[in-house]
Amino acid sequence: MRDVAIISFAQTKHARAITDANEVEMLMPVVREALDGAGVGMDRVGFTCSGSTDYLSGQAFSFVMTLDAVGPWPPIAESHVEMDGAWALYEAWVKLQMGEVDVALVYAYGKSSPGDVTEVLTRQLDPYFLAPLWPDTISLAGLQTRALLETGRVREADLAEVAARSRRDALSNPYALLARDDSPDALLAEPFIAEPMHKWDCPPITDGAAAVVIAAGDVARELSSRPAWVRGIDHRIESQGLGLRDLTTSASTRLAGEKAGVASAPVDFAELHAPFTAQELILRESLGLGDDVAINPSGGALAANPVMAAGLIRLGEAAARITRGEGNRAVAHATSGPLLQQNLVCVLEGE
Amino acid sequence: MSDLLLPPSLEGVEMVRSVRTPAHLDYSYTPGRAMSRFLTGLAEKKIRGQRCPSCGKVYVPPRGACPTDGVPTEEEVELPHTGTITTFCIVNVSFYGQGMEIPYVSALVLLDDSDIPLMHLVQEVPYDQVRTGMRVEAVWVSDDELKPTLESIKWFRPNGEPDRDASTMRGNA
Amino acid sequence: MAGSRKQRAAIVGIGQTKHMSTRGDVSIAGLIREAALRALEDAEMTWADIDAVVIGKAPDFFEGVMMPELFLADALGCAGKPMLRVHTAGSVGGSTSIVAASLVQAGIHERVLTVAFEKQSESEAMWALSMPMPFAPPTHAGAGGYFAPHIRSYMRRSGAPDHIGVLVALKDRLNALKNPYAHLHEEDVTFEKIADSVMLWDPIRYSETCPSSDGACAMVITNEAGASRGSLPPAWIHGAAMRSEPTMFAGRDVVSPRGSRECAADVFSQAGIVARRREIDVVEMYVPFSWYEPMWLESLGFADEGKGWTMVEDGSTQMDGDLPVNPSGGVLSTNPIGASGMLRFAEAAMQVRGQAGEHQIDGARTALGHAYGGGAQFFAMWVVGADKPA
Repeated sequence: MRDVAIISFAQTKHARAITDANEVEMLMPVVREALDGAGVGMDRVGFTCSGSTDYLSGQAFSFVMTLDAVGPWPPIAESHVEMDGAWALYEAWVKLQMGEVDVALVYAYGKSSPGDVTEVLTRQLDPYFLAPLWPDTISLAGLQTRALLETGRVREADLAEVAARSRRDALSNPYALLARDDSPDALLAEPFIAEPMHKWDCPPITDGAAAVVIAAGDVARELSSRPAWVRGIDHRIESQGLGLRDLTTSASTRLAGEKAGVASAPVDFAELHAPFTAQELILRESLGLGDDVAINPSGGALAANPVMAAGLIRLGEAAARITRGEGNRAVAHATSGPLLQQNLVCVLEGE
Repeated sequence: MSDLLLPPSLEGVEMVRSVRTPAHLDYSYTPGRAMSRFLTGLAEKKIRGQRCPSCGKVYVPPRGACPTDGVPTEEEVELPHTGTITTFCIVNVSFYGQGMEIPYVSALVLLDDSDIPLMHLVQEVPYDQVRTGMRVEAVWVSDDELKPTLESIKWFRPNGEPDRDASTMRGNA
Repeated sequence: MAGSRKQRAAIVGIGQTKHMSTRGDVSIAGLIREAALRALEDAEMTWADIDAVVIGKAPDFFEGVMMPELFLADALGCAGKPMLRVHTAGSVGGSTSIVAASLVQAGIHERVLTVAFEKQSESEAMWALSMPMPFAPPTHAGAGGYFAPHIRSYMRRSGAPDHIGVLVALKDRLNALKNPYAHLHEEDVTFEKIADSVMLWDPIRYSETCPSSDGACAMVITNEAGASRGSLPPAWIHGAAMRSEPTMFAGRDVVSPRGSRECAADVFSQAGIVARRREIDVVEMYVPFSWYEPMWLESLGFADEGKGWTMVEDGSTQMDGDLPVNPSGGVLSTNPIGASGMLRFAEAAMQVRGQAGEHQIDGARTALGHAYGGGAQFFAMWVVGADKPA
């Protein structure tokens, strides 16, 4: 495979609702900052790929207008996935593997505020049997959380530790939405919102966007003092049916992690796209990440969860940390679909 | 499906051919900064475009970004209410939510001092006399009906000025 | 630095559904499996042979399911495999094919299944498209109302006579009679019937517009090692390109968008094609309104500017002409939106494999598959050939 690296990353200051800017206005400064961070203009970008979904914005073809944010003129080679931006990065990485372009721009955005995101996401479910029941995302996560608790592998206190650590780590992330110092005991004393779910088990509803620039080989070295090299990247999907898979583990994450080569060397830290506390524990186990691996130093999706961008942000955060020299080998992960149905794993390294 | 094996209790039972699953979702949209200024202007009987600092083109309605330069268009330009038809079509079919009497003309109108045509209705002229290059002016609703919507302009109508040469408008039609 | 590392890739399996306004006999999963199973059968493969799946469709509001590929993962045998979902508006079927091909060309996978579909009858397509776009200027007239003024501009610029659009529609509907999968089979179609059909968005008549279809299309794309495995010859990918430009901007040429011209230049350059009209044997072109055939003939460089309509008038684009366009009947005869672009790409491949049956162009060796979308701003094209690329 050709060496490809993440060389620049930018994101919005995430908010519960960004009401003074439409999607284009929200995205444009982020795209600009990512390009500036790489020191390139659109003339050096050989491929552009984005991730978003119409159902979040409530408009058909919503990605068409947001393309204005990059100023696609003269015309550009461009594609769009109706998936989290992490998969847009994957498509761009594939494009760079073909050898004909050296630099790609990837962006993703999601405003959860226009609709009720917990209801909107029910539309992802099987339209014959599940979607008509409108099971909201928190209720679904409750099924998974209870199943995990009942295995005895995990206690409620472990979940509170995840939430407390994420919120505390987010205090040093200026882009995070939910950042505070709570003790696990204080969290455990809070009431359930849908047993076994506490509010702190769930991500904050978030509007936001992110952009990443990737580049190949010597171009990456030219444009970045310390590129974050993609040493392995893979993604897998499994059955959506909630009764067709073991919800307390993630077979697709395990497989993607194996293909991406997670275990071939020690991992310094991981950015895992776990919107619910129990999912972080499931992902750690499926990726074989031990207690010595720092998890979600950015605060993770529990601190800011702009749907469709939150996965790309994990890749960007991990790369930025490597570029800053705060670690040399990282695992970044993105998820899509109900209860970790589809997962992408990327191993990033410094030189 | 001929190869479907049914248990005896289901033999002869009519297959389910379809299910109706109505879905209702409510969204509250954010127009954004540029569109807010434009819409507010309409409620004041003003047409506000924005100029790109890079290419100098004036966009109306502004969407906040110059689509070719990818930069914010922050300089506001108040536009005259007159323009030129760059091209059009005659609509002979009724559409959902459209109470128009057919046929009617839907045209691209290039407002004076702007650089991109706006789609709107053309009325107060027989549909078969509408032509490319025709000069038109906005017809507004009465002042007490003005709202932050493009429907504050009812339609455009000919203003009697001589036609513009269509061949000079290439690139906008 | 950049230098192609692209591996050869070929289409070795093609399948499509019978297209109809309502495929009430199958679910969404049943519809896509019908196409996918035919593609696998054509490739002489099973689900187990497939490394990854790339799926495409137009807006999710058409079926009322958000990201439907998630619940369709089982139906496409994806559990444990990579799956990508592409959405680039009307060009999506073409873009999806290109993304699938790139997985093989980049050397990541050996055998990729790609599927595109639309089941417009599951929801109200007009509803999906006419949801009030907040704050946007009222469009007054739907998709035809958007494109009709552009067509009028073409007619004015080129001086094309009014009946050209009728000729295109007549040709495509007659061609569709030779395609058993086509949606419209108008046995009694005549020039007069089309010319007399109601003028919807003057200058577009009812019979010059595409139908609304349920349907799916699928292809299996392999690397060089897989290309010789089946009994039928493969269709080799000689070039593939995508371009996008903004929806509206000052000075935009809506008749022949620059993105279209540059996409064509790119794909023909990759395929080593210089004399486009002479070297391309057959074109499957995305023509949802009949006038787009002469417009794209010019934009794609098959005709000089302002002269595309003469190729329609003199019969050059008929099945027995020197550049047959849409022998399948095209989008004017079959339009499952998300799949329409992939049908163009697949029909082009069928021609060079010699498997197009009654609508086969004799001796076709090199073909262009073409798709566009949005406000004629997204373009996807590929050139396929019977010969292995150099």
